[in-house]
Amino acid sequence: MASNFSIKHQPGFTAIAATCFVVLYLPIIVLVLYAFNAASSTSEWGGFSLRWFQSAYQNTQVIDATLRSFQIGAIAAVLSTIFATMAALATTRTAPYPGLTFKYAAINQPLMVPEIVTGVALLIFFSRIKIFTGYSGLGYLIAAHTAFCIPFAYLPIRARLENMDLTLERAAADLYATPWKTFRRITLPLLWPGILAGLMLAFVISLDDVVITEFVKSGGQDTLPTYMLGQIRRGVTPEINAISTAFLLLSVAIVTLFFFVSRKRD
Amino acid sequence: MPDKPDRNAIEVVNVSKIFGSGEGQVAALDKVSVSIRENEFFTLLGPSGCGKTTLLRLIAGFDFPTAGEILLYGQDIAPLPPFKRPVNTVFQSYALFPHMTVADNIGFGLEMLGKPKGEIKARIAEMLKLVKMEALAGRRTAQISGGQQQRVALARALAPQPKVLLLDEPLSALDYKLRKEMQIELKRLQHETGITFIFVTHDQEEALTMSDRIAVMSSGKILQVGSPWDIYDKPAERFVADFIGETNFLTAAISGTGNGKTRATLKSGTTIEATVAEGFQPKDNATVVVRPEHAKLTKDKGDLSGTVENIVYFGTDTHIHVQLDSGEAFTVRQQNTRSAGCGFERGDKVGILIGNDAAQVLRD
Repeated sequence: MASNFSIKHQPGFTAIAATCFVVLYLPIIVLVLYAFNAASSTSEWGGFSLRWFQSAYQNTQVIDATLRSFQIGAIAAVLSTIFATMAALATTRTAPYPGLTFKYAAINQPLMVPEIVTGVALLIFFSRIKIFTGYSGLGYLIAAHTAFCIPFAYLPIRARLENMDLTLERAAADLYATPWKTFRRITLPLLWPGILAGLMLAFVISLDDVVITEFVKSGGQDTLPTYMLGQIRRGVTPEINAISTAFLLLSVAIVTLFFFVSRKRD
Repeated sequence: MPDKPDRNAIEVVNVSKIFGSGEGQVAALDKVSVSIRENEFFTLLGPSGCGKTTLLRLIAGFDFPTAGEILLYGQDIAPLPPFKRPVNTVFQSYALFPHMTVADNIGFGLEMLGKPKGEIKARIAEMLKLVKMEALAGRRTAQISGGQQQRVALARALAPQPKVLLLDEPLSALDYKLRKEMQIELKRLQHETGITFIFVTHDQEEALTMSDRIAVMSSGKILQVGSPWDIYDKPAERFVADFIGETNFLTAAISGTGNGKTRATLKSGTTIEATVAEGFQPKDNATVVVRPEHAKLTKDKGDLSGTVENIVYFGTDTHIHVQLDSGEAFTVRQQNTRSAGCGFERGDKVGILIGNDAAQVLRD
């Protein structure tokens, strides 16, 4: 009988699963629904309309924040993926040595340290630099985002490298490929799906960040999430729902793409 | 290339490879020396952990010797990285590049050597023909069978016309029938290309059927180098005799050694003539080996006498295990015929006749 054990046939399985799905998705469904509300309330339905999407689109603050989010996200994703690729190569293409575990921990540090701590630390650190250099551009946000995106980009790349047969690189060397050519012709093409996955994951993580951005940003440097947070403090209109819905759509699109890319060529 | 028949392609001179350090030191190779001739099919044979793969890796350049020299046509290649050695490898796992087609895999080495496109194309076509894979040139390597992958791996390693081809147990992943086919195929390829093959295996049958010469290895040392016939019929040491084929070990008193031959008096009192392991001067007592198929069972008095313990039928032949009166065990292999049984039964009192030139005195 033990071989026939299936979690699906345990009492209460369906009920628990259904509850989880409702708790996860019902609020999102309601949020999306009220984005199309003709009335200015987020609780009373006044008919179908696209007016809040239009209003968000015409709101220059929203567009500014969105473009800024994309700009920071794109640069941070590319930089963190480059660093993550180098880190992944350095931590997998070597015989295990004392201190390797410590390096894993150091690379993954942003996953473990509470965001608020990183936020406060960066705030103090960057304010000193600001005083010394007088520079107050987007560089601080880009640097911060790059740092906390590295572990997210690192994970899929390292997973890909660990599954790669080391003999392939040896075979390339045996066939007269220099180490650089081996990397270009063998390692990199095989690693590419992992790198793309890391890039997209890093981009989504950057887009989504609130806590660290809130501490690091200077005046007038709102990203989309911090702008939304600021708006909600002043009362919620369906415009926020509309922005959230667009944001949600984008995230789902990227995650779907991520899924297909990481499955391809396996 | 000037054709001197007995030129050495590879000379391994006093090579040691030590892994680890301090107390955990392991000598994978212990002052190994061997010469491999041009155009020969040379096999490194031994159980796993004997150092055969380590020696192959040192020749390929994936690892570097702790001490000693590896000469390729007289030039020391031991310190060179793998991509600077005119030596190619067929890997046990084949290691075909999964993101390239069969043709691109075969052309990779030539491309890295910077050969012109036209020459590469012609050579790929030639190689595809050599391994009979023309029809699958455009396939991805994941879309072809294990046997086909094996052929592509061979073609890829042969395409740059290496001075020496290294084969690391390339047949071990194939099933029995395919393995037999590939053994013949490999011999054909070696003959057609005229390239020196160094083949690593733990399969004694594979080694005997394919090689021009075999080096038997154990615990980081080469115990004996010779033709398959030498290795099988004139084993120098107990390990070699035991590892290759089945054999009977007998203790004997030695008298009158000379000219590679001696007289061995067995425990039964009979004296037989035996050959002696090369360069060995036996003293009073030594071990004599006799292959099971070189002895004959008789109901009369033989060179040895004993009782039949067990009879095992093998289809082509029958193995008859005899407990000798001296206490030693002895196996006789007897060719089967269709009409009759082996003619003996368990418990029979029998004599054993040892043929002329059937016994060899070991060095140990």
